[in-house]
Amino acid sequence: MRRRQIAILARYTVLEAARTRLFWLFVAALALIFALTYFLQQLAITESVRLQIAFSAAATRLAAVFVLGLHVLGSVVREFDDKGLELTLSFDLRRSDYILGRLLGFVLVALPIALIATLPQFLLAPLPAALQWGLSLALELAIVAALSLFCIVTFNQLIPAAAFVSGFYVLARALWAIRLISEHPIIDENSPARQVMAWLVDALALVLPALDRFAQSAWLADGAGGWGTVSANAVQAAVYVALLGAAAMFDFYRRNL
Amino acid sequence: MARDERSLDAVPQPVFAALIFSLALQIAWQASEPRPVARAEALLAPPPAAILRVASLGEPVPLAQLTTLYLQSFDNQPGISIPFRELDYPLVIRWLATILDVDPVGQYPLMMAAELYAQVPDPARARMMFDFVYQQFLRDPDRRWRWLAHAAIVARHRLKDPELALHYAREIARRAPHAPGWARQMHILLLADMGEVESAKILLGALLSSGEVRDEHEKHFLLGRLEAMENAGKSSPPSKN
Repeated sequence: MRRRQIAILARYTVLEAARTRLFWLFVAALALIFALTYFLQQLAITESVRLQIAFSAAATRLAAVFVLGLHVLGSVVREFDDKGLELTLSFDLRRSDYILGRLLGFVLVALPIALIATLPQFLLAPLPAALQWGLSLALELAIVAALSLFCIVTFNQLIPAAAFVSGFYVLARALWAIRLISEHPIIDENSPARQVMAWLVDALALVLPALDRFAQSAWLADGAGGWGTVSANAVQAAVYVALLGAAAMFDFYRRNL
Repeated sequence: MARDERSLDAVPQPVFAALIFSLALQIAWQASEPRPVARAEALLAPPPAAILRVASLGEPVPLAQLTTLYLQSFDNQPGISIPFRELDYPLVIRWLATILDVDPVGQYPLMMAAELYAQVPDPARARMMFDFVYQQFLRDPDRRWRWLAHAAIVARHRLKDPELALHYAREIARRAPHAPGWARQMHILLLADMGEVESAKILLGALLSSGEVRDEHEKHFLLGRLEAMENAGKSSPPSKN
């Protein structure tokens, strides 16, 4: 019974994405990216193919994250505003199952987006590299879907949730470089302020996923990242989606409807 | 924002347990990952300056500064220092040039080139950095003269290449009219040091008679130098270092 409820919620979440033309929107975004990439390729004097691959992969990744994140936020906000949530929960349905169903649905929505994003890469990059990049992107999008669900359940409103998702994503992508910079200052290595900053950055690194290790455009441009890296991405994604799902459930149980 | 929330008792125990367990798992996973360590080979080619400008969203200065710090993390690592000789110097120069393209007013990349990367005990690489400083000086002499002056001093005393030092010093005198007197007179002192006392005297005399030196103390100092040159020319051979 519970599994069936979760599956139905997931199915309707995927149907909603299809009927709101989410996938076509993403295809349109990809077409725009490829037009821009082609323009840049024409400008390049050297390494034009490398530039095309790297730019299109990086822009596609960002577009996928943006489109999926906004879709998750918009979908749940609409459900809150239309009182669809109250209607759903008036049935014999646990709150945790509601979160699980929605989370599963959004993760399933992430898969076609990752597939659409990967198809053009097959034309530009070697097959193993494109496969690894696509899988890694799917895992990253699963984290983004879970993050967006957690944020909208916690904040209830679109703007704070979108701001948090954006900030979180940028920080998770930049944290490696920030750690590198904070660990190797050029002067006054032992100052208290620097030590505090280094601890703070290290603490952040423990609780944030290292998104800079996912779906790097360098894999497509310069050679595959390796299946070991993709496996590590899979472990990280599984752990983090579970953490965000549990956090979303925690907040959702405390919510007064 | 104030929220009308239910108490913690409303949260089922398994949800609590799942949250704690997954958080512990995340921390354990990240703690098991190696700490970020800069590797010389990890320094990739810089993006084109035009793309960096677009990425800066109209704020090129902070982006240039962040890029500088990123580059710096590849070379300055107390305890686990990457020897400069392991760095790909042409690549480092491309990064420095890109940063200067994005933020032409910034001095940081020139400081790194003249004072950090040029410290390498490999004269060829040090010269590479000095040449980069010289090329950048030519683009904006009045703002960048001091790094070329530094290069001239290092070329003279560490590289033991007075010709190169003299070339840089002459370029400062010729192209940087707003540089302070000591920098624009450096070539005269270098000439004297190289034993070209006559040339130095002629240049110093011309400088004094041109009226360019207005400060009485500076005039006094230069006259003293002129006199010292004459005495040194009579009594001792040129120095050899």
